Amino acid sequence: MSASEVEGTRNRLSGIQIIRMIAGILPLAATIALLAWGMFFIRDVQAGRISLPQPITVLLAIVWGVGGLVLLFTMGNFFVEQLPERWAHKAEPILFAGPALLMVTWALVLPTFETLIASFYDQASVHFVGWKNYLYVFSDPSMLHVFRNNLLWIVFGTTFTVGAGLIIAVLADRSRFENAAKAMIFLPMAISFVGAGVIWNFVYAVRPVSAPQIGLLNAITVGLFGGQPQAWTAFFQPWNNFFLIVVEIWLQTGFAMVLFSAAIKGIPVEIMEAAQVDGANEVQVFFRIMLPQILGTIITVSTTIVIFTLKIFDVVWVMTGGQFDTSVIATEFYRQYFTYNDNGAGSAIAVVLFIAVIPVMVYNLRQFAQREAV
Amino acid sequence: MKSKFFSSCLVNGALALICLFWTIPTFGLLITSFRDRLDINSSGWWTVFPHRDWVSIQKITPAPNVDRYAPMTLGGITATFEQFDQGITSNGKRYLWIGNRRIGYLDVESYQWTADTTFTMTNYQQVLASGNLTLKLKDGTTFTQEGVGMGRAFLNSLEVTIPATVIPIAMAAFAAYAFAWMKFPGRKMLFALVVGLLVVPLQIALIPILKNFVALHINGTFLAVWLAHTGFGLPLATYLLFNYISELPRDIFEAARVDGASHFTIFVRLVIPLSVPALASFAIFQFLWVWNDYLVALVFIGGASKNQVLTQVLANLVGSLGQNWELLTAAAFISMIVPLIVFFSLQRYFVRGLLAGSVKG
Repeated sequence: MSASEVEGTRNRLSGIQIIRMIAGILPLAATIALLAWGMFFIRDVQAGRISLPQPITVLLAIVWGVGGLVLLFTMGNFFVEQLPERWAHKAEPILFAGPALLMVTWALVLPTFETLIASFYDQASVHFVGWKNYLYVFSDPSMLHVFRNNLLWIVFGTTFTVGAGLIIAVLADRSRFENAAKAMIFLPMAISFVGAGVIWNFVYAVRPVSAPQIGLLNAITVGLFGGQPQAWTAFFQPWNNFFLIVVEIWLQTGFAMVLFSAAIKGIPVEIMEAAQVDGANEVQVFFRIMLPQILGTIITVSTTIVIFTLKIFDVVWVMTGGQFDTSVIATEFYRQYFTYNDNGAGSAIAVVLFIAVIPVMVYNLRQFAQREAV
Repeated sequence: MKSKFFSSCLVNGALALICLFWTIPTFGLLITSFRDRLDINSSGWWTVFPHRDWVSIQKITPAPNVDRYAPMTLGGITATFEQFDQGITSNGKRYLWIGNRRIGYLDVESYQWTADTTFTMTNYQQVLASGNLTLKLKDGTTFTQEGVGMGRAFLNSLEVTIPATVIPIAMAAFAAYAFAWMKFPGRKMLFALVVGLLVVPLQIALIPILKNFVALHINGTFLAVWLAHTGFGLPLATYLLFNYISELPRDIFEAARVDGASHFTIFVRLVIPLSVPALASFAIFQFLWVWNDYLVALVFIGGASKNQVLTQVLANLVGSLGQNWELLTAAAFISMIVPLIVFFSLQRYFVRGLLAGSVKG
């Protein structure tokens, strides 16, 4: 046999192989059909066309969602195993990484382009308007207030979260009650921003002067300082923004604290001891030894919180609805889309958010490339 | 030695103060949710602690024929209605008119230690129920009001959260394994895509996805929310799990390959059991993220649907009944119970996940 003939037999499929492939694809096809049927069934249940008791719907939906995925991967694998080896080798990565890649492409990659395009079109995404939406976003007086507010959030929210997290981490590191204290600071991280909004709305609650104050802050203002009750998040402008920012600091400090705490514990003991032997006092140890050692963590934590704060939505939406001059980028985005039905302006605001995170994205990619190169 | 003791006192004192500040808002909410609505509106939640205040010791109801526009003599004090209405303090007692001029009474109060410790489950009953129910207040009055329907929303939240946690983790684990241990063209580039997507703000994707859902007629269903959360959660999930799975020792994979195990077998029998800590960390992350999410639910479930989750119902309550603290506090606490349980029981994994995590979009 010549070389080309050998190649030919290898490329040709035997009858058995073809039968195996067909047998392999049947369960996969059946699974997909079953899942599709399940999807329509659940959709109709939720649309109220089919009536089922709610706990049963819940159970059914969970079984469909979770079990369906397991079944899909298992049947997909069964199909791959029936393929001739050289095909199976190529199909395996598709089976493993394909669903996730397909999902992020659909959920993030394509929409990013669609939004980018929509930002150059009018309200109903019909007529091309060029830079008009961006002109609006960057020159409208109300938008400028929105940017100012968001800047306040980013500067003060991040500074105080990082500062408080650092102070608490250092204090806790020297306390016998470290774990209890950290758990208390960390606890708000489990609470939703909506829940936190209610908690702090209650702290800020205001009653008329004649009525007893039931909000903690006004009770203190009136009872201890003899002041007038204030509507802290409403008419107390422009300070009302800060009373909203407090909520974010309260929620996020636990995150900063945990990362700083781990970083501090990671500082080699010898360095700290050497500094103490050399007669450095506590303050010097903190600024000269500790801070430089955990600088990397400080940058990571700050970046994470800046990105988070850039998109802050729930707190403002729940506590003031963006009224009283507290609107931020994300609430304005929501308003443009859903209140004014302006696809163009809404998209342009979303693109601004996206552009703001590009430096971080580039940084992450660089880090990744460096790590891969090692 | 002495200075060491002093500095430890200082550290613990400062820490205690900060912890107090951090816990008081939640604590106030919890206490208020168990108070009678009459109490909530007449005094701050801190009055449940012993404090000194005017406490009623006697009620004097003047006879109906007493002229309330002339000075009255009640409990040994002679004064006009206006004076009583302001409150008169005499001999360590305060005489205060409660109610209006015609049908009110004089309350004789003394300044003493007291604590407001009537607690009730009424608020929770009203918040959980859907449909009308009749409830009784502290002073015996009954009222009928529509429940908030948090019970239903609670189930909805579970239905949204469990699949929206498990599905992205399963998908991400498979993908992470492929990126870590399989060789295929474009591997590095595709993984770089995942890394790049980590910080993409989800706002940019909401509307195009919404359009897809409308076209598929699944807008407003849980399916839509699962898909959205899966897409948004996958980059971080894949990245975190890749970091973990790629660090597993190479030897075990090679040994298994030699024994003829397929990738699928290795993945199911070896990688999954070995990655439980990483899987648990991300599961907690995603669970809390989805349970506490408001924006995604707001956009894809929508405003007026019986599929609304807890955060939506709570946010609506703030909008419509923002001064009804008996409802708001109980509702907020119901929305917090599950994340708090998850958080306290699995805190170790959660912290580990945070430490391994990077920036998320």
